[in-house]
Amino acid sequence: MSRQVTIALSGNPNAGKTSVFNALTGARQHVGNYPGVTVEYKEGLAHHQGRAVRVVDLPGTYSLTAYSPEELVARNYLIGQRPDVVVNVVDASNLERNLYLAVQLMELGVPLVICLNMVDVAESRGLKIDAGKLSQLLGVPVVPTVARQSQGMNQLLAAAVELAQSDPEWRPLNISYGGDVDQGVAEVAAILQGSQERHGLLSARWLAVKCLEGDQEVIERVEESPELAGKLLPVCRRVAGHIKSTMDDDPDSIIADYRYGYIAGITRQVVSSEREARMDLSDKLDRVLTHRLMGPLFLFSVLYAIYNFVFWASEVPVVWFEEFFVWLGGAVEGLLPPGVLRSLIVSGVIGGVGGVLGFAPLIAFMFFAIAIMEDSGYMARVAYIMDRVLRMFGLHGNSVMALMVGGGISGGCAVPGVMAARTLKDPKARLATILTVPFMNCGAKLPVYSLLIAAFFAHRQAEMLFLLTLISWGLGLSAAKLLRITLLKGQQAPFVMELPPYRAPTMKGLLIHTWERTWQYVKKAGTMILGVSVLMWAAMSFPGLPHEQEAAWQKRIQAAPGDAARLDVEAGRARDQLAHTLAGRAGRALTVFTDPLGFDWRANVALVGGFAAKEVIVSTLGVAYSLGEVNPEEAQSLSKRLAAEPGWNPLKAFALMIFVMIYAPCLATVVMIRKETGGWRWALFSVLYNTIIAYLLALAVYQGGRALGLG
Amino acid sequence: MTTEITLRQLKPGQRAVVKKVGAGGELGRRLREMGLLPGTEIQVIGRAPLKDPVEIKLRGYNLALRNNEADFIIVEIGALL
Repeated sequence: MSRQVTIALSGNPNAGKTSVFNALTGARQHVGNYPGVTVEYKEGLAHHQGRAVRVVDLPGTYSLTAYSPEELVARNYLIGQRPDVVVNVVDASNLERNLYLAVQLMELGVPLVICLNMVDVAESRGLKIDAGKLSQLLGVPVVPTVARQSQGMNQLLAAAVELAQSDPEWRPLNISYGGDVDQGVAEVAAILQGSQERHGLLSARWLAVKCLEGDQEVIERVEESPELAGKLLPVCRRVAGHIKSTMDDDPDSIIADYRYGYIAGITRQVVSSEREARMDLSDKLDRVLTHRLMGPLFLFSVLYAIYNFVFWASEVPVVWFEEFFVWLGGAVEGLLPPGVLRSLIVSGVIGGVGGVLGFAPLIAFMFFAIAIMEDSGYMARVAYIMDRVLRMFGLHGNSVMALMVGGGISGGCAVPGVMAARTLKDPKARLATILTVPFMNCGAKLPVYSLLIAAFFAHRQAEMLFLLTLISWGLGLSAAKLLRITLLKGQQAPFVMELPPYRAPTMKGLLIHTWERTWQYVKKAGTMILGVSVLMWAAMSFPGLPHEQEAAWQKRIQAAPGDAARLDVEAGRARDQLAHTLAGRAGRALTVFTDPLGFDWRANVALVGGFAAKEVIVSTLGVAYSLGEVNPEEAQSLSKRLAAEPGWNPLKAFALMIFVMIYAPCLATVVMIRKETGGWRWALFSVLYNTIIAYLLALAVYQGGRALGLG
Repeated sequence: MTTEITLRQLKPGQRAVVKKVGAGGELGRRLREMGLLPGTEIQVIGRAPLKDPVEIKLRGYNLALRNNEADFIIVEIGALL
């Protein structure tokens, strides 16, 4: 029978699991989420002797307990979905710790193949591993591989498929945890076996060990039957009490000790070291890259280099993308008669989607740079260096990544920034990070800054931009601190983090990571922006001017002497038309609130539009100041116009920049926050929180500045 | 002669053997699954620029933990010499 074989890939983070997955499945991957949690789900197809083999990539974990969503997802997948074979990717250069997960998989009893990965790294460190002996001692197939170079992949697939075809039983491994625990396990297992409850494929012994370990999920399941719980839990408590009084320890640490003891018994026979362990190249690099002075210096140079690289590399493709959409708009304009449909397609659809896709090359290069940092192992050092600072604000070293992607070095995007917060394990620190990301200066806020800086701070452009970056970090971190001492109060989760050895990234890995994230950005932001830009187009187009006014404008347009005069009149009509629409009316109504900030109705309309996407602000200001459509890249005429406008001055411009920096995240970000936090609650909170802070700060800047006689 | 101190007190480059991990709860669990148990040999590789967290080597790999987490780990120095 040739039914499809399913292989689940399991392994520690940094063990090369992703490389194995990529080497097995190539580009044929499907990425998604496990329902209800923000743990990534990946699956792909591998081919073995003409047959397709399904490969499911489980989240990287160090253990199989029930304490993190990743571990729970991995464990529940194994128990619930029963893959034919589990391939455990093990880092050969770090065998002991990696086998800790392997032993737990064996205790669960899944049909297992060990992928002994990175044997080249182990060899370079003088470690020799006898794969045959390891296989014999563990009783499972062991295949040595170098996944980064696709070595050993066929043998791995062959071993997995062969095991799957033998229809293996689940065979739980029994190891001893020492007299006291063993006795407790036997007692609890006997109670479980005697009960009427069904445990599926799980062995009574495995469940008993989990009960003694205090595994929340298993204990909850036991408690579903009060009779069983009544017999079983007192035994667990008694054993725990006994261990506490005799050894001053708890059962789960005794169990962990014995697991490591079991592993040490195996590695002693399997690993031979040719030389004494010593500081290797990676440790020496750490000496420099995390040095007290060199470390931060190097970090800032890297960030600066990324910033320059991303803008330099994406400059040309961004222009191509923009030109393509201009061309497309023009082509559609030529095909369709003037009217609502044409306006909808050209301004609403092509303009809106083009605005997002135009940014795609920039985003892609940003992700490429971040993939280099991650795959080389440097990202973990950034977290290590920054943790002390971020902890003061209730965040975590790993928050750095999300904040940087979100625009910490100007030019990121909050949508992938919010997604990047997934690397944080501590739920409260993660939430605080997600809510801080929108404070960063994303790429879409930059055109607004360039416009206003060019108009009012022309002599200090670079200093002003730098100041805005500092302000956004300062405000973001303070906002995070405020959350962490109020709504998100609580103990900080442990830092305890592996610092993987530095290694050169592979191009294939970099491209796959870049593509995955860019595609998610385009897909999620793109579809959202499409809908929103159609809505915004409608709000900024309807209702149209009343008949008699429209007729009067048309008359003036026709009467205009020459092209230049006609364009002027047309722009005047566009301004009046905008004022008459839903968005224009909202802008007028909002002046009640924004008068103390110095914003007039035109700025308000632009800000309302900016809620859809901050890119819209500049173009809307252009219409409102009757310049016709303004391309954000060429906003010089608008900035001259603003500089000359009587109601405008540097103080007002500064207040507006502060407001734009902080107020409600764009809709795509709000939607992403909802996705990542699992509900509208925090998404709506973020809109209110940011807008209130923005309002108060802009108010303080404007009124304070006036009181000081500025502006 | 051996001396017992906490991991925080170890200097870069210094080696020691873990004597006791006094942490319970989530921290205890994290340390256990990362293989930091009594009897484990460790070496301090260095500290972050602000002296916290600390980077150590154990079982052939590198681990970073905060100073207030290192306080729970009692180590023995001298036994290795």
